[in-house]
Amino acid sequence: MELGFLDRPHGAGGVRVTGAALVDELGYSLGCDRMHPTGAPVLTAPPGDAPASFLTEAFRGQDDHALKFLHGTTTLAFVFQGGVVVAVDSRASMGQYIGSGSVRKIIEINPYLLGTMAGGAADCSFWERDLGRRCRLYELRNKERISVAAASKLLANTVYGYKGMGLSMGTMITGWDKTGPNLFYVDNDGTRLKGHKFSVGSGSTYAYGVLDQGYHWDLTVEDALELGRRSIFHATHRDAASGGFINVYHVKEDGWVNISHEDSGMTKYYEYKAQSAAVDSTAMES
Amino acid sequence: MDSIIALTGDGFVMCAADMTNARSIVVMKEDMDKIMELDRHRLLCMAGEPGDVAQFTEYVQKNVHLYQLRTGVSQSTRAIANFTRNELAKSLRKNPYSVNLLLGGYDQHDGPEVFYLDYLGTLHKMPFSAQGYCAYFILATLDRYYKPNMSEQEALEVMRKAIDEVRIRFLIKQPDFLIKVVDKNGIRTVSK
Repeated sequence: MELGFLDRPHGAGGVRVTGAALVDELGYSLGCDRMHPTGAPVLTAPPGDAPASFLTEAFRGQDDHALKFLHGTTTLAFVFQGGVVVAVDSRASMGQYIGSGSVRKIIEINPYLLGTMAGGAADCSFWERDLGRRCRLYELRNKERISVAAASKLLANTVYGYKGMGLSMGTMITGWDKTGPNLFYVDNDGTRLKGHKFSVGSGSTYAYGVLDQGYHWDLTVEDALELGRRSIFHATHRDAASGGFINVYHVKEDGWVNISHEDSGMTKYYEYKAQSAAVDSTAMES
Repeated sequence: MDSIIALTGDGFVMCAADMTNARSIVVMKEDMDKIMELDRHRLLCMAGEPGDVAQFTEYVQKNVHLYQLRTGVSQSTRAIANFTRNELAKSLRKNPYSVNLLLGGYDQHDGPEVFYLDYLGTLHKMPFSAQGYCAYFILATLDRYYKPNMSEQEALEVMRKAIDEVRIRFLIKQPDFLIKVVDKNGIRTVSK
């Protein structure tokens, strides 16, 4: 029997990838600069003298859910004259620790439905992907796109079935159907609300603070997108558990468009500061 | 935090409910309808845990419809109250629905009736009743001002007094109340 394949654990191409060669096409080292005597790549440990004790220290005093991603978040969505604006931050916190700074919290369920993610990242991404699957099946069975109301109810019924079993999700389902732009809030206790303006997550109170004051039905598309962006920015400024990038989407009659992906930290801070300084100086002049 | 109130008058039942939906310390919605229309002559005021309320009351509503479709007969208010109570009692020792209700209805034989239902499976026929924190304020107001066989004008006046009391004394803001009336002609929304 031909057992040659056993000698080449690293793929059909016949190229043995050693630790030193583990550099991807972009030229980034994957941090495997050392090699184990057996030839297996060795991952470099995180910086610090004792990573293990650092992690123990960082997650001390928290229950076993401490490593659950995304407990701090700011997400928002609102309906206005020109459709729906959806804006979110990108930070994933794991207790005291920033697990990731570049999470995509807007989930593209299909080309005309968006979902946002707050709470458990795995719960949200899994169930919203499952929702996408069921929306597709609906479409194939009925030769018609599912309404946002029906889609959000599928999700609400699913999470209601798991009520009290530890799911953690606060999500907004939005899109454009026969009835026009639609926005629903769905969370893990089975609540499902139709509305024009929602914000979810630990930074939601801060986001509401800006959003409520700047919101009008008649907002221009440009102003609406900026309002969403601003609201998230101010929330990330005040809420330690929110931050990273601001992602903005716009839902229109023919589906959603990804509008922007911007750093929410210093770049935006100085940009807005410069803007308000300019406003102040014109006020002084007049 | 839901506030629901119902009272019987001369040939009608008047129901009121606040329109606020809140989660933790945040108001999510201020135009929520907490008075479900079960059929043409039956109102169900809903209070309790958000997910449970939606699932349970929709289940009751669909069963009321199903009964009508199957038999061509619509149930009396009392029959619907007993069906609902039975469902609550069945779930109590398994997976209880945290739902408290006021069922108001007009019936050709029995006239206007209000039934008090709670998650423990309690069922009482009442001249007037309230559920939620608002009951602590409103019940006394209603005890003082309620009279049997009030006209719609008088009932609305009493309801206004009760709602006013909630607005004055209750810590949590509930700016808008929805008032619906059911009588022999069916259901109508009186005011917001």
